[in-house]
Amino acid sequence: MILMENVSKWYGSFQVLNGCTTSVSKGEVVVVCGPSGSGKSTLIKTVNGLETIQEGKITVEETIVSNRKTNLNQLRSRIGMVFQNFELFPHMSVLENVKLGQMKVLGRADSESENKAKLLLDRVGLADHAAKFPSQLSGGQQQRVAIARGLAMDPIAMLFDEPTSALDPEMINDVLDVMVELANDGMTMMVVTHEMGFAKKVADRVVFMDEGKIIEDATKDDFFGSPRSDRAQQFLSKILSY
Amino acid sequence: MQYNWDWGILFRDPYIWWLVDGLQWTLTIAICAWVIAFCLGSILGIMRTSINPYLRFIGTAYVELFRNVPLLVQLFLWYFVFPELLPEEAGRWVKREMPMPGFTTTVLALGLYTASRLCEQVRSGIEAVGIGQRNAGRAIGLSETKVYIHILLPNAYRIIIAPLTSEFLTIFKNSSLALTIGVIELTGMTRQIEEYTFQGFEAFTAATVIYSLVTFTVMGFMLHLEKRLYVPGMIAAEK
Ligand SMILES: Nc1ncnc2c1ncn2[C@@H]1O[C@H](COP(=O)(O)OP(=O)(O)O)[C@@H](O)[C@H]1O
Ligand SMILES: [Mg+2]
Repeated sequence: MILMENVSKWYGSFQVLNGCTTSVSKGEVVVVCGPSGSGKSTLIKTVNGLETIQEGKITVEETIVSNRKTNLNQLRSRIGMVFQNFELFPHMSVLENVKLGQMKVLGRADSESENKAKLLLDRVGLADHAAKFPSQLSGGQQQRVAIARGLAMDPIAMLFDEPTSALDPEMINDVLDVMVELANDGMTMMVVTHEMGFAKKVADRVVFMDEGKIIEDATKDDFFGSPRSDRAQQFLSKILSY
Repeated sequence: MQYNWDWGILFRDPYIWWLVDGLQWTLTIAICAWVIAFCLGSILGIMRTSINPYLRFIGTAYVELFRNVPLLVQLFLWYFVFPELLPEEAGRWVKREMPMPGFTTTVLALGLYTASRLCEQVRSGIEAVGIGQRNAGRAIGLSETKVYIHILLPNAYRIIIAPLTSEFLTIFKNSSLALTIGVIELTGMTRQIEEYTFQGFEAFTAATVIYSLVTFTVMGFMLHLEKRLYVPGMIAAEK
């Protein structure tokens, strides 16, 4: 469903992505990991065109993302995205956050949007918080609202950029639980995360990045069983050593 | 030398009406100029944060041009020089037939100048809201325009309410420059009262009190507005 072929990107003379090739099939969960600054956020943002690329090709279903003529807004409305810092809209209630895209992008009626929003908030365990403002929620709760906001658009795939790395430890599991459930429901997901427990539980494949390159792209069992590259091994031993 | 205090002068016909009339001019100039500054400044501020490099350039050029020439110089340029640069017909119209030339020129000059300052406030507000919010809006499929309407601007204006208040108060005070091109607004009327009655102290005290009262009223109104628009957890701009 998502296909990246030889994707390269530069910030000035600094090459942040270097010939990245990978894919996510329908219903697949792909975890992307790697050291800080290796280009994971940049890579995942190229999928919905939040970051442009200079070389290569990205295809989502039949849409070529990197094509200038592509209607990016329409593409984005079909791909959910969850950010490290939640990025809920602070001037809107939780309910309005989940309604906004439905109404202003999909053109759904107010009542339909509201019903859908309530249903999704219930699904992420926040039905009681619909009237609150984002700042009145904990980080874990905000992130679950952000997931609901993405799901409200009936996406064909969900992108996650380190969804739990800004959270206090005791809230991480609440968010991961929602994501695991989503994965088990068959959602196509690309997830940048260092939560290897999550990867072991639901990932189909693991992509390991370093310095803008995809060093390893393996099935979960291969990756955790016998990572081929030294760097992936080092990385794993570092984050799994605690 | 003996100074004869006479506070009663302020309440006597016609002087009290002069003050009222002056205040009316001052307020009218300030409000009209504010409307221009706010609308144009917002458009320019949006342009300066746009993804389109041409729009960004226009915004930047405007700010550099208007912010770096003293307001009084701009006022004189618009009043004395600008009509000469127009085609003959238009120039004559501006000089001879344009209604209330001093007032119109002041409103325009003050509005265009303050727009450059408003632009910078709006730009800094939008930047404070941040790229993360912009991307979150884009990620659900909102167009650039809708990202501005539904996300960036509502947050940016909330952040910059305090600086906007002081910009309005500055316009209000700057409106007294109008007297240099013959508009007898509040300060002008005050001088006129002094010339007619020699009660300068009383007249200028009255003007000071009136300016202060308006300032406090505006500040009170803006505080009220800030409370009305408050959302929990909102970041405030540094003054
Ligand atoms: N807008 C930018 N301009 C210049 N360099 C950037 C920009 N955004 C990210 N980078 C650089 O690109 C590299 C990869 O960043 P990022 O994709 O955020 O890495 P990761 O998410 O893996 O930590 C980093 O070295 C970062 O400093
Ligand atoms: Mg990152």
